[in-house]
Amino acid sequence: MTSLPREPGPKKLGLVIDLDTCVGCHACAVSCKEWNTGGVAAPLTDLDPYGADPVGVWFNRVHAYEAGDGMGGRTVHFPRSCLHCDEPACVSVCPTGASYKREDDGIVLVDEDLCIGCKLCSWACPYGAREYDGDAGVMKKCTLCIDRIYNENLPEPERVPACVTACPTSARHFGDLGDPDSPVSRLVAERGGRDLMPELGYRPVNKYLPPRPTRGGTDSAERGADPLPPEPESGGGRFLRWLDATLSR
Amino acid sequence: MQPAYSVIFFTSASGMGYGLLILLGVLAPAEMIPDDRTFGLVSLGIALGAVTFGLVSSMWHLGHPERVLLAYTQWRSSWLSREGVLATVTYAPAGLFAIGWIGIGEVVGFWGVCGLAAAVLAGFTVYSTGMIYASLRPIPAWCNRWVVPVYLSLALFTGALWLNAIRLLFGHPAADASLVVVATLLLSVSLKWAYWRYLDGARAGSTPETATGLGSIGKVRLLDPPRTQTTYVTQEMGYRVARRHAAKLRRYASVLLFALPFVLTLATVATHPWIAAGAAVAAALSGSVGVVVERWLFFAEAKHVVTLYHGAEAA
Ligand code: SF4
Ligand code: SF4
Repeated sequence: MTSLPREPGPKKLGLVIDLDTCVGCHACAVSCKEWNTGGVAAPLTDLDPYGADPVGVWFNRVHAYEAGDGMGGRTVHFPRSCLHCDEPACVSVCPTGASYKREDDGIVLVDEDLCIGCKLCSWACPYGAREYDGDAGVMKKCTLCIDRIYNENLPEPERVPACVTACPTSARHFGDLGDPDSPVSRLVAERGGRDLMPELGYRPVNKYLPPRPTRGGTDSAERGADPLPPEPESGGGRFLRWLDATLSR
Repeated sequence: MQPAYSVIFFTSASGMGYGLLILLGVLAPAEMIPDDRTFGLVSLGIALGAVTFGLVSSMWHLGHPERVLLAYTQWRSSWLSREGVLATVTYAPAGLFAIGWIGIGEVVGFWGVCGLAAAVLAGFTVYSTGMIYASLRPIPAWCNRWVVPVYLSLALFTGALWLNAIRLLFGHPAADASLVVVATLLLSVSLKWAYWRYLDGARAGSTPETATGLGSIGKVRLLDPPRTQTTYVTQEMGYRVARRHAAKLRRYASVLLFALPFVLTLATVATHPWIAAGAAVAAALSGSVGVVVERWLFFAEAKHVVTLYHGAEAA
């Protein structure tokens, strides 16, 4: 049924991604690929994997952006995957019922046995979260590791999405964003978690925590005009210059 | 957006077919076109043939065409499903209309009602085709009020071009036959022109800043893409070839779709019947190629907001 749940449950499982701590190591993306190429949506097909032009299905991809200029500017590593939206048009456009949003926990899934591979859902997703598997002829997407989070064969602490266990800086948090008192919801409230492209009205469940302000403020207009710290007098070499710059902040 | 050839052929061919079906279903029962049975056979044959060719070609790009019946199930939410249901249902009154006209030689009464019903359903089918595009919020070039009217008017116009060609081949008087063509042409030109004007003037609703939520820090630029090669998303949504040539392609589309058919249709009025028929066929062919170019451009010019994550500055 591609109509959205009429009475969605209170539970909204999702991820909170901390853009302040993410270091862009791609561990989450690799671990996602590793788990899911053996999971419910398996395989995450790679075509021409060792050739000149490999192309394959990934559920999670890590971008890097520069935001702002000068001293207030930041490099931000930015993992992007399905946001398990509350208004997922990817689901309502699906003609076959292959795409659906679960009433119980809000997870958006594709039933590969029903998918005709028309790709319309991928056009309807603003976030590029759906990747077509040309080999299997069906659409694939993040399952929020449905086969981990409810998996009683795994020890309790491992019942979280693979990306969350893999992150070395704990930049990824998994939980119930429908419960205002859950740790993830409190984190969102404290840190001013954001929706991506809220103007499109998809109401994503996943939230992104913006980078904390740099020491000395983030006003790039002001800070950008700061002169570079003077060269250390002794000449010093790279390390000393770095030390000098760091200390004189 | 990457132009999908099967979808381009589908919307062009079935649009023309439904447009022709609408005109036949309305004009025949109203006795505004001759009820000659051979004429019925040829014109309904072309209409339903084009529709069927289009529907079949739309299945080429499916990953699992053998599961296509599943696409009838989600009409409550999906315009694609609605289009499938309406397209199929249209065959019923259209078939009866064809039996009445070609088999029995009747286009009024019950058979006329079948024609009208086929026309109405055909109209709704084209409407849902337009709505598939017009409901995609991540593609502002499609999600606007001009898209559905353009689909409807181009269906009528290309249908009218073929109706005109068939009528002149059957030796019907040129002047009144060409009236519908000119009327639908003027409507289509104005709507398509308004669409292009809208596109050129549209302000980007989404930006790299809203896409990443980092706007409060400052301007956002892509530093490193999340890939070394292309991905499904960058191939499908990041198609850019035509955008660079948009102005030229718009000119080609306008000449083939509007200017040539207009001149050729005017030429039908004041000439020898055989030259008139030739001109009308040429107009129909030109219009049909033109609508394919127009559809190709409709895809190629459309930007998807996901490109903002991959370095686009506006969408
Ligand atoms: S991020 Fe895309 S695929 Fe995921 S629920 Fe939202 S619209 Fe659907
Ligand atoms: S590609 Fe599959 S899941 Fe996506 S809309 Fe088509 S049938 Fe539904």
